[in-house]
Amino acid sequence: MLVEDIMIKSPITISKHHTIKEAMELLHENKIRHIPVIDDNNTLIGIVSDRDIRDASPSIFHLNDNQESLLHSVEKIMKYPVITVHPLDFIEEAAVSYYENNISALPVVTEDDQLKGLLTETDVLHVLVQLTGAHEPSSRIEVKVPNVSGQLANIATIFKEENVNVTSLLVYPGAEPEWNNLTFRVQTMDPRDIIKHIQANGYEVQGPRLPGMDI
Amino acid sequence: MRNEAIFVYSEKQLAYKFNEEHPFNHLRLHLTYDLLNKMHALSDSSVVIPRIATDEEISFIHDSAYIDAVKAAGEGELEEDIARNYGLGTEDTPIFPKMHEAAALLVGGTLTAVDMVMSGKSKHALNLGGGLHHGFRGKASGFCIYNDSSIAIEYMRKKYGARVLYVDTDAHHGDGVQWSFYDEPDVCTFSIHETGRYLFPGTGDVHEKGAGKGYGFSINVPVDAFTEDESFLECYETTFRELADFFKPDVIFTQNGADAHYYDPLSHLSVTTETYKQIPKVAHQIAHEYCDGKWIAVGGGGYDMWRAVPRAWAMIWLEMTGQTHHVSEPIPTAWLNKWKQKSPVPLPAAWHDSSEMYPPIPRKGEIKEKNRRTVEKALYHIRSERQ
Repeated sequence: MLVEDIMIKSPITISKHHTIKEAMELLHENKIRHIPVIDDNNTLIGIVSDRDIRDASPSIFHLNDNQESLLHSVEKIMKYPVITVHPLDFIEEAAVSYYENNISALPVVTEDDQLKGLLTETDVLHVLVQLTGAHEPSSRIEVKVPNVSGQLANIATIFKEENVNVTSLLVYPGAEPEWNNLTFRVQTMDPRDIIKHIQANGYEVQGPRLPGMDI
Repeated sequence: MRNEAIFVYSEKQLAYKFNEEHPFNHLRLHLTYDLLNKMHALSDSSVVIPRIATDEEISFIHDSAYIDAVKAAGEGELEEDIARNYGLGTEDTPIFPKMHEAAALLVGGTLTAVDMVMSGKSKHALNLGGGLHHGFRGKASGFCIYNDSSIAIEYMRKKYGARVLYVDTDAHHGDGVQWSFYDEPDVCTFSIHETGRYLFPGTGDVHEKGAGKGYGFSINVPVDAFTEDESFLECYETTFRELADFFKPDVIFTQNGADAHYYDPLSHLSVTTETYKQIPKVAHQIAHEYCDGKWIAVGGGGYDMWRAVPRAWAMIWLEMTGQTHHVSEPIPTAWLNKWKQKSPVPLPAAWHDSSEMYPPIPRKGEIKEKNRRTVEKALYHIRSERQ
């Protein structure tokens, strides 16, 4: 999936000449945490976050003091150069960028720094929810498989034979390197036959089990 | 005169049948009806024949294209790949002849129950053939074709202007009903179920609370696998009472899936018939406290058809009609003799399950504590509003 598929296409923006107060109002009104700063040609020149504004605001204990500090221009507090992504980057590349730079919003720009959109951490997390299949009615089946080729195909054949639709698949590395956990969400309310079938092929299926219980 | 309670039933409801092997089998209705009859707890005058729902009523919730697809499927005229788009012809919801008529009769039964209660003819009404809470606007899901519960709630809103509190004790999340009214502040849905970590449909997290104007009116209490009576009932009663007090409903609508029972093959909870004795008791009390007695109850899931479901469902009727003294008597021999040959498992001779039905659950205290915290999260917005 590409950044342009899930980015916000018309994000709220601001120019460097606006005041910090105006930026603060934009954040509150739109319930957002980041505003890209652009020039007259829609070129990205900086970014302002709620943290930058908080740093410039008076303490809650002195709300009426130093009000004039909010009248400075956005240019004084904006961060630049900005860490950005390209519309054709993959979502996972953007996710790495959040992780490595410890940030939570990425302006989306093309080569000449033309602002095309904004990608927030929330948008990426939503994709993660979809990847886990948790948005569609389904049951979860976890299978422990040896970390060698052909395992996924073996299990997938069983789903085909049982005529059940798989809505998502995740491969978790096991605690030991020689094992993996394949986690499927399948569109059925009654996974008993599928589980039996997988077990009959010699695999361990993990369910909500407690030590010492035989269910 | 206002009846105490009516029992909606007809053998025609058993036509909602996918195939011989399918776990959802409405023979359950007949087993329950027969059990109540054999113990002389159900008079003929209390039984009301269900009507069939009209297309217009079904379309309160479902898309007309979907209704057409169900009709065509039941006539054998729906192509396989088109059927799949509507969730029909799957392992969960196979196509069977006259499926529209069978599903519309279950909806009609719930509407019959609703009309008896809302018109004042009866205080309470029970339609065990209903409770198909997974049905979606344009898609069959989880053994459910039409969502009788959503349709009935919308019907009560339209026809009677009622504020409805929906309470769902099925082991699976009542997703179809929740999504039908997710942004609606005049319908409050409360579902207590096994967590969706493994179990279908996977939704029903405590943080799903409604959207827009309906925020705060969808309540979910997902309890841990292996939850037992004491913890289940504590979560159920605490949440139900606080919700009723907060929402002030005009009518209580309960979905009574009986698949949280230890014997149930699809879920992983460990409750006994004690839970099924208490569930309707609390609903009954709350209906009288807040709704002048107006209480409609429907069935739902329940896949241990011989042992768990008939006892659990019969207890709803005994509670509704003030006949709970029967549960200290043995299960009638006439019922046991009639069905023991057909049942693949030994039938229970008593209403109460023995405490030795299952081995002790390790980590019982932790499960209870975790469930208690889940209730705190589910009710957080209501409790903080009161302070």
